[in-house]
Amino acid sequence: MSELRPIQKFRHRHLLGIEGLSAADILTLLDRAEEAIEVSRQIEKKRATLRGRTLINLFFEASTRTQSSFELAGKRLGADVMNMSVSTSSVKKGETLIDTAMTLNAMRPDIIVVRHAQAGAVHLLAKKVDCAVVNAGDGAHEHPTQALLDALTIRRNKGRIEGLTVAICGDILHSRVARSNILLLSTLGARVRVVGPSTLMPVGIERMGAECFLDMKSGLEDADIVMMLRLQRERMSGAFVPSSREYFRTFGLDAEKLRYAKKDALVMHPGPMNRGVEIDSSIADGPQSLIREQVEMGVAVRMAVLAALAEHLPND
Amino acid sequence: MKTLPSIAHQPLALVNGRLLDPGAGRQARGGVLIIDGVIRDLGPAVVADALPAHAQVIDCGGDVIAPGLIDMCAFVGEPGAEHRETIATATAAAAAGGVTTILARPDTNPPVDEPAVVDFLLRRARDTGLVRVLPVAALTRGLQGAEMAEIGLLKEAGAVAFSDAAQSLRNAQVMRRILAYAKDFDALVMHHTQDPDFSEGVMNEGEYATRLGLTGIPREAEAIMLDRDIRLVALTGARYHAALVSTSLSLDAVRAAKTAGLPITCATSINHLTLNENDIGDYRTFLKLSPPLRSEGERQALVQALAEGVIDVIVSDHNPQDVETKRLPFTEAEYGAIGLETMLSAGLRLVHAGEISLARLVAAMSLRPAEILGLPQGRLAIGAPADLIRFDPDEPYVLDPLKLHSRCKNTPFDEAKMQGRVKLTMVAGEVVWEAA
Repeated sequence: MSELRPIQKFRHRHLLGIEGLSAADILTLLDRAEEAIEVSRQIEKKRATLRGRTLINLFFEASTRTQSSFELAGKRLGADVMNMSVSTSSVKKGETLIDTAMTLNAMRPDIIVVRHAQAGAVHLLAKKVDCAVVNAGDGAHEHPTQALLDALTIRRNKGRIEGLTVAICGDILHSRVARSNILLLSTLGARVRVVGPSTLMPVGIERMGAECFLDMKSGLEDADIVMMLRLQRERMSGAFVPSSREYFRTFGLDAEKLRYAKKDALVMHPGPMNRGVEIDSSIADGPQSLIREQVEMGVAVRMAVLAALAEHLPND
Repeated sequence: MKTLPSIAHQPLALVNGRLLDPGAGRQARGGVLIIDGVIRDLGPAVVADALPAHAQVIDCGGDVIAPGLIDMCAFVGEPGAEHRETIATATAAAAAGGVTTILARPDTNPPVDEPAVVDFLLRRARDTGLVRVLPVAALTRGLQGAEMAEIGLLKEAGAVAFSDAAQSLRNAQVMRRILAYAKDFDALVMHHTQDPDFSEGVMNEGEYATRLGLTGIPREAEAIMLDRDIRLVALTGARYHAALVSTSLSLDAVRAAKTAGLPITCATSINHLTLNENDIGDYRTFLKLSPPLRSEGERQALVQALAEGVIDVIVSDHNPQDVETKRLPFTEAEYGAIGLETMLSAGLRLVHAGEISLARLVAAMSLRPAEILGLPQGRLAIGAPADLIRFDPDEPYVLDPLKLHSRCKNTPFDEAKMQGRVKLTMVAGEVVWEAA
């Protein structure tokens, strides 16, 4: 097998969010990612799917993990990968997002992967370029590849997604991971709960398809998956919650709180973790944790996404 | 733009129209006779045959003849933001939209907090404007919300009202003293109520903001500040105008205050009456407004309140923004939309949808502002200034932003289907706009 073969054709030119994807679209990508896992586990990891293609990682917000995951995914598929951290270059010179997009577009890339601190920034950029665009996180809006890798991890460990109860816990308000996961998991038939204090709960979240809980005991009851979210340091000193120790006491995942969930419940975290704030180290490194596996699935899902989008690229 | 020559004392008549006097609330066939910029006669007897031979006659072909519109909130760019708008371009847009009087916002650079700036605006308007421009002066020096502006001197110079534009006065003590002092001069205080401590939001709080990942502004941010102001109005007795309300919570407060007999009036914008938060769609920054567009339920409450008269006035909230400040991620983009040229057409959507009568719509854009400001305009009456418009409420068109007269093209009605357009605009008996 020299290339990742299409199982079913992906219908979209860009991947800007989970919103707008059908269950079939999502399953197409997950099935493809299963193949990519096999590729990544061989000694010869290089494929020719994206040979000759140029992939630009355009990160307006620093991220080691997502950026390196996309970089590896691109390289394993044979693309030339260029990393650009814009927060340290042109923005300081007053160049706008659109200018940056137009400049990069003129270099004729095939795919641009974008992360930006503002919701909607990736949509704006996608309107101005000719190539395929992947959203690697825009503000508190969406982070579709994270939701895909989470779904892949769940499916491989539980054998299914439909019918599972997934509790997403912590800072829902500022979380793009929560939004993308709510959309994806509910589309695939899981029961999604969000658990956190009222100050970190966005208004109307239940109308996105999640059930809302304000304490860990009721929120984790009978949960199959406990997904913890990162709480930013600047939000734990009085603005949203009084202190990190109070937050850990009420919403931090430790052995005691994990017992509220099903016995075989599995624990996830999109990283990077604040050990001792939202999650105890014994849980993060314990037998129920899928956190390291999520990282491996991340590369596979991103390979699947890049390969799927490449099918729409012109070939002459 | 002055397409018709005018001879001193030459009578001018608009004939064969539907006269809409928003005060009387009814329409009748007839004409209007104008001499020296003033309405001298009107009614069914004003017909072409009955006029003297030297009179200039314009046949309106059955179109509506109404008082020119008075817009209580528009940004005209001068001084200091001429790249966004000038008095020439703003008044050209106004004339094309049937607006014959603009109240110019004070948040210019420098702000309108000195009598000399009021004077500058009046002279610039006289020299370069097609329609009347009335300056609104600042409530506080430098719009800083701390020290009272020279309300007496500014009023004497020609300021018709006082406002800190889009900023709310955070300090209740400052507001109380300003209201008390303004009362002594019978000055009108116009206040934009949005608690500045909630200002981190960029759109209406709710499901849609949550889906878009944008920070919301709750309705309460507006109502909290308005509730405070209403108590201070009760304390001081000052004339107070809520410059732009967007929520049913505010409407409840205004309704109660009016019932209690307080000297309170309020306005909403044409955008808030005809659009809702869902129109933001895929992060359309032309719909980023302050206060934010609310839910459809709130929009309907505004329309209802307009029909009942709880809302007195409709403003364009004309705020020209260039591409550099709008072609940005939603959170970073500036607030505001242009509206002078489209406010009547957009308002007619409500009439065509059967949500409000034509007379009520026109009253909220002419008679009520005139009453609040103590202006003689806004009426079809003998002796009133001949600030008049002719429009066909039914003529359909598709809005082409490039044809708009404003220097900026940030219209939320970009390529929208509109029904009803202004064919002729007259200020003091002079034709300043005539549709091709």
